[in-house]
Amino acid sequence: MTVPSPAPPAPPLLEAREVGKVFGNVIALRGVSMVLRAGEVTCVLGDNGAGKSTLIKILAGVHAHDSGEYLVDGSPVRLGGPREALDRGIATVYQDLAMIPLMSVWRNFFLGSEPVTGPLRRFDVARAKRVAREELRGMGIDIRDVDQPVGTLSGGERQSVAIARAVHFGARALILDEPTSALGVKQAGVVLRHIARARDRGLGVVFITHNPHHAYPVGDRFLVLNRGTSLGRFAKADITREELTSLMAGGAELDHLTHELAHEPGRDGPATAPAPGTS
Amino acid sequence: MTSVPADERLAGAGVLRRLLVRPELGSVVGALAVFAFFSSRSAVFRSADGVANWLDPASTLGIMAVAIALLMIGGEFDLSAGVLTGTTGLVMVTLATRFGWNVWLAMLAGLVPALAIGFLNGLLVVRTRLPSFIVTLGTFLMLQGLNLGLTKAITGTVQVSGLRRAEGYEGARAVLAGSVTAGGVDFRVAIFWWLAVTALATWVLMRTRAGNWIFAIGGDERAARAVGVPAARVKIGLFMTTATAAWLVGSITALRFGSVQAGTGIGQEFIYIIAAVIGGCLLTGGYGSAVGASIGALIFGMADKGIVFAGWDADWFKFFLGAMLLLATLANSLVRRYAEEARR
Repeated sequence: MTVPSPAPPAPPLLEAREVGKVFGNVIALRGVSMVLRAGEVTCVLGDNGAGKSTLIKILAGVHAHDSGEYLVDGSPVRLGGPREALDRGIATVYQDLAMIPLMSVWRNFFLGSEPVTGPLRRFDVARAKRVAREELRGMGIDIRDVDQPVGTLSGGERQSVAIARAVHFGARALILDEPTSALGVKQAGVVLRHIARARDRGLGVVFITHNPHHAYPVGDRFLVLNRGTSLGRFAKADITREELTSLMAGGAELDHLTHELAHEPGRDGPATAPAPGTS
Repeated sequence: MTSVPADERLAGAGVLRRLLVRPELGSVVGALAVFAFFSSRSAVFRSADGVANWLDPASTLGIMAVAIALLMIGGEFDLSAGVLTGTTGLVMVTLATRFGWNVWLAMLAGLVPALAIGFLNGLLVVRTRLPSFIVTLGTFLMLQGLNLGLTKAITGTVQVSGLRRAEGYEGARAVLAGSVTAGGVDFRVAIFWWLAVTALATWVLMRTRAGNWIFAIGGDERAARAVGVPAARVKIGLFMTTATAAWLVGSITALRFGSVQAGTGIGQEFIYIIAAVIGGCLLTGGYGSAVGASIGALIFGMADKGIVFAGWDADWFKFFLGAMLLLATLANSLVRRYAEEARR
């Protein structure tokens, strides 16, 4: 299950080698490397401002990298924009999803790439509804009615529809920007399940999150960023959930915080106060 | 995941929701109520002659309301649409009567400034990102001044007349402003144009890529752009569509009366918007229907003539108008909240 790549014949789908990005005099990213293989999930973890969004924007073609190399299918590229990334099968699902709440699921699903038929180039509504329904079912997404407005879906369902849409439109590499961050535990679970499902279909998934508890169960590789640099790359076999959590929170910093918080009630509050929780 | 009874309950809510979120629902209920009310007051109102009578004002208003509805679904307003019906009519009648153009040719010539103004409105809105309310308020006032100034400069009065004597008038009138007799009752041809425009707009909205894009740019323009919808082109196209509708209505009105007042269409722009809103269009865009806008226009036609048939003072029309608008927007906002409400 956790074999560290037994001499793979095919080059990785995406690979970043020591990439860096500078905005004016701000170094947003410095010397970060990562690998994404088909059928695997690479998790990018980090706190706010760690450089996660800069990295995915380079991968998605929104920004060009200033140093290092970005390889797609083993050959170095410099993407001209998100459209070019899409043409290479790199799809990005951003937090805000690019879906229209008032429009139905099937209209959203095909927005911008509507199937047409006949001499009048009519929008093939029957096909759009059927395909949307099939694709969602294929991803195991249980939506009762593709006619309902996207606004009536829960956050997790919306993420799932966006993922299914990217998969349908030929994504080989799927970049998910904080898909679980705004969700409750149950909804996040639903989205994680769809990430696993996309992986099982042979896609490579880059999963950006600041929650190691979401990343660990589904990830094959982990990249931890802090203040624009890499804190380390790990295969799942090489790291435990606790180590990942501790690393992400800045190890010593977290220990210090734990220490500080643990002493707080004893110092200010009455000693007789009931314990706030039984952890 | 959920138990079977819970799923069935949700499915039931889904059907109810689908019925309730039809944008036309409010206007259909309103139209039935208005029809029932005036029918009970006046026998003429519900007779075939009466129907033909109130379908007449509904038709030209309906053509405009449908075009405005498309634009509003796309998230924009056009306040210049009303006065543009005057502009196109004035161009047509002036060319035909002062310069001796054939009426058909003069009519086609009227389409040129209409499309240019529509394009300009659209371009200004897209490029400056100013609210279309302000941009088209500007063009509205400018056109109002132009209509009056040029008409006075050319004719010395505030109207251009004499179209009836122009070459090709009878033919053009028969096609656009004549009547069709069915069952001994004269129905205006404009009613059929109205139906055709409504059908075409509905088809575009529901069954073409452009329709999907119109809903999308009105619903969330940024998101629509992100998936490759050519938002600027769609918007400019919508403004040009409104202008084309204004040209059609301007031509119909000019052919019908044989003359055009310089002030034609002023004040109508809000009636179009009100009809579209009664028909379920949201002021914020992204939602609405062409059929609804047509039914909104129908309500207007019925109220306009119904008040006369009932023997009331026509002043009450405005009161009625305001009340309808308030009720419709209230119903729409409730529907929208229901449709957008996230399921927990």
